[in-house]
Amino acid sequence: MMWRALIFFLFAALPAEAEEQVVAGLSQTRISISTNFDGSQILIFGAVKRESPIPAGPLQVVITVAGPSEPVVVRRKSKQYGIWINTAQVDVDAAPSFYAVSTSALWNDSISDTEDLRHKISILRAIRSVGASIPGTENFTDALIRIRTGNGLYQTNIGTVKVDQETLFDTAVTLPSNLREGSYTVRFYLTRGGRVIDSYQKEIAVRKVGLERFLFKLAHDQSLSYGILALSIAVFAGWGASAAFRLIRN
Amino acid sequence: MQIYLPIAEVSVNAFLLLGIGGIVGVLSGMFGVGGGFLITPLLFFAGIPPAVAVATSANQIVASSISGVLAHLRRRTVDIRMGLVLLAGGLVGSALGVQVFNMLRAIGQIDLVVRLSYVVFLGTIGALMFVESLNAIRKSRGGRARPARKKHNWVHNLPVKMKFRTSGLFISVIPPVVVGMLVGVLAAIMGVGGGFIMVPAMIYLLGMPTKVVIGTSLLQIIFVTGFTTLLHATTNQTVDMVLAILLLVGGVVGAQIGTRIGARLKAEQLRVLLALLVLIVCARLAMDLLFQPTELYSLAPVGAG
Repeated sequence: MMWRALIFFLFAALPAEAEEQVVAGLSQTRISISTNFDGSQILIFGAVKRESPIPAGPLQVVITVAGPSEPVVVRRKSKQYGIWINTAQVDVDAAPSFYAVSTSALWNDSISDTEDLRHKISILRAIRSVGASIPGTENFTDALIRIRTGNGLYQTNIGTVKVDQETLFDTAVTLPSNLREGSYTVRFYLTRGGRVIDSYQKEIAVRKVGLERFLFKLAHDQSLSYGILALSIAVFAGWGASAAFRLIRN
Repeated sequence: MQIYLPIAEVSVNAFLLLGIGGIVGVLSGMFGVGGGFLITPLLFFAGIPPAVAVATSANQIVASSISGVLAHLRRRTVDIRMGLVLLAGGLVGSALGVQVFNMLRAIGQIDLVVRLSYVVFLGTIGALMFVESLNAIRKSRGGRARPARKKHNWVHNLPVKMKFRTSGLFISVIPPVVVGMLVGVLAAIMGVGGGFIMVPAMIYLLGMPTKVVIGTSLLQIIFVTGFTTLLHATTNQTVDMVLAILLLVGGVVGAQIGTRIGARLKAEQLRVLLALLVLIVCARLAMDLLFQPTELYSLAPVGAG
């Protein structure tokens, strides 16, 4: 009896969830980091697919772009013995190396707090921090967000998603030059009255190419050869400059 | 012109890096210091991650030192025998230093120790050198061409004596080995060649003539920094070849110019200038320790300093 009731509820819930669907695209699904890479801009666009008339209430779109997550140590300095030294630290278990969240309206009009908590949309929620052994851990995560926002790695772009006729939407996200390699996730959320009605996900591959890729792989896979190569270049350059200057002088 | 560095994973202006390499190269050629104590902080300011800055500048120092040492070899101002004795101590020292470095990194205080050692060593050596060389200049103006070197101190009473012809010395090998070892330890911890410690130690402790000191110090620096580069490349993968090449191009050219400038200046003048430079860098680093930083928090990847 129980499972029959469960199935009934699932089917009853489904059409309501799928009443409006996101269909989305990106200007590029891969970003190549070459020697002259100086940041990039991706255009994110899409449409809302629906079979029924437009429901009441304004439609909002929230789009997030997240880089690969990795653990980070946040250290705090304080004055001891007359000098400023690191005295406290908090390990943040996973923080995205890049995170941009763009909305079509003011934050509170775009998404409710419960939905933010469930889908981990805001920057603060996207960072997972467990090590709450020190009182005031929130200061450390705040600092993490502040420093990365200063570097252009974390962005909160309020009202930058343009929604046209409750159907078409588009925005642009600027990626800084200090990008980490990896798979970047773009998430799309359609909301009405702060409630998520549909979501969609796409990947962007950020990869080094050419010389950058070759050197990076060599440095990690064959570090001894890489080190010897770096040294040989140094030795040759030093000798070459000396010889060249002697030629010029004579 | 912006250029993306594959290991540092940042995009930096190529001309800025060439300029940094050039300035440090000139100083390296003039004073016989590797320039590590200057290039590493300059790279921090350019936005290069500290771990990459330290490892890559070691590689850069190898090149500018070779360029410098060849110029000195031609002028016969390198005491090769002394260089090898110093090096023997230096390699033992840097192996020890790496152990200390890893220990400090594990407790998260490497940054503090590096800064403190810079301030203490640069401050002491800079001040001593400044006072001494000012006195020397005053004396030489007073009619004497050259300050008298102390011919006999406790250093000359130790066993295992060896003849260093180029330096005109007949002393025990123990002091040079100890000096080399000390420099090796500091080099590994501070991520520098150690020339700024080596040069005064050779002049004041071993009593070597200033002209020979620079070439000999460069010779030893080549091997110590070369060893450090390999160590960083294999353990941390933090040597950035693109960054290194840009610094190299600026650095080797600078070193040649510096050697020529150095040859024209008097030894005492050289020492005053080096002392001033050391003191300026020391003051800059001390300021960071003494005044409240604008950002109290710092980020680091897990498992690194």
